[in-house]
Amino acid sequence: MSAASKAGVMELVRKTGLTGLFFLRLLRACIPALARPRLIIAQIYNAGARSLIIIMLSGLFTGMVLGLQGYDLLNRFGATEALGTAAALALLKELGPVLTALLFAGRAGTALTSEIGLMRATDQLTAMEVMAVDPMRYVAAPRFLGGLIAVPLLTAVFNVIGLYGAQLIGVQLMGVDHGIFWAQTQSALALKDVTEGIVKSVVFGAVVSLIAVNEGYHAEPTAEGVGLATTRTVVASSVMTLLLDYVLTAAFM
Amino acid sequence: MSDSQTASAPAGAGDAVIDVRDVHYAVDGRPIFSGLDIQARRGLITAVMGPSGTGKTTLLRLITGQIYADRGLVSVFGRDVGTLGGTELYAMRQRMGMLFQNGALLTDIDVFENVAFPVREHTDLPEPLIRKLVLTKLEAVGLRGAAHLMPGELSGGMARRVALARAIVMDPEVLIYDEPFVGLDPISLGVILRLVKQMNDALKITSVVVSHDVQEISSIADYSYLLSEGRVVAAGTPAELARSDSATVRQFMTGAADGPVRFHYPAADYAAELLEASR
Repeated sequence: MSAASKAGVMELVRKTGLTGLFFLRLLRACIPALARPRLIIAQIYNAGARSLIIIMLSGLFTGMVLGLQGYDLLNRFGATEALGTAAALALLKELGPVLTALLFAGRAGTALTSEIGLMRATDQLTAMEVMAVDPMRYVAAPRFLGGLIAVPLLTAVFNVIGLYGAQLIGVQLMGVDHGIFWAQTQSALALKDVTEGIVKSVVFGAVVSLIAVNEGYHAEPTAEGVGLATTRTVVASSVMTLLLDYVLTAAFM
Repeated sequence: MSDSQTASAPAGAGDAVIDVRDVHYAVDGRPIFSGLDIQARRGLITAVMGPSGTGKTTLLRLITGQIYADRGLVSVFGRDVGTLGGTELYAMRQRMGMLFQNGALLTDIDVFENVAFPVREHTDLPEPLIRKLVLTKLEAVGLRGAAHLMPGELSGGMARRVALARAIVMDPEVLIYDEPFVGLDPISLGVILRLVKQMNDALKITSVVVSHDVQEISSIADYSYLLSEGRVVAAGTPAELARSDSATVRQFMTGAADGPVRFHYPAADYAAELLEASR
């Protein structure tokens, strides 16, 4: 292994370790932060409610594409009545949690990172420390908890709208029977499928929020530093979401 | 007046609330302080002056326990800051107020909430009392009418006055100012200058003002320290510093471009470098 690769691996290990330590500090700060639900609700609104439009639009179009592709595929086997089941499984188990997490990272994760990074750059975090207020408790923990709660809720919205989009194309456009579409969906879905989606969305919410808060908190306090931290949030969140998606899918098999 | 590495204590003053003794501090091997001695006496305005890059802000970070000295003692309220645990450090900080160079107001809440912030965090006072307290402090800095504005709507001078109201809202024993006069127009500067003096006189607060605005700070300081190259090069009352025959002090007090503090950053021979470039 070359010296450069060794240094790269060491840097990766060091960063992972630091993120792990930050996660432990964050968890410890979450307990007192729960006593201030107003701050957490504000973050659920900022990160979650303000992402609703993009999540709903993306869910609708994803569902519509699923309806089209699914109908085309199932039509070859004469099994178009299974369209509802196929779309629901794809959305609940994979597309809903993964795409919501990726969209959340791009829309809310970047906003979290740049907001906290700018607070660092403008001495707001230092001012809190000097005022004997722990910024981990006041700034980091509410944003982490807000993201953790918002992502599963957004995933649920994505799934419902996505399923509606698939139904819109399959039933209204392609002529699949309305009753069969929903009856097949209802009978084929198991609780395990729903649980898998919920577990994934919670894990993705935690990971994306952790990465966003961590990058912002440790951003270099310059315009370039905050920009780089924002980019790292998107890249690391996307890669971790897809990696963990594989791990969790394998675990649920 | 002393004009040596070790400053003498200001005569006739109370006990030292802040005591910095023989402090050494380096960043990445580059020494910032090498044997720094500074005392801030109770009830006085102590000025810490020096050229840019002499570590004045670093000194404030040492005093507030954001960083720790490599060697030496930083004592505040009679306690060694370096030995304080998290809870004790926060308890010490609750007895201090700090005015940041840019105000450092929280940008997502309005002026009123910024001033109320420490009170809400550290007390369980009823809302009507918090309101009275905040309005009193805002009135003291002349910005009661701006209570509803967001920090982004304030001028630099107004932001600093709001930050001052926030710094005094918990009635601190010590107020620390980091370059309070930088970038202000003459009117705002005069207002801040008067406020610093008033806070000190009316509330009997011990003040430490870090600044390189010699004329302004000299007009209100009881005792001044001049830092250069990581240590105190002169200390005394502003009048004593003004009479000093030390070349370093005179260069700083008169704002001469060249002197013991060089105008040019160390570089290779000028003519040789130009010739090299034209080849």
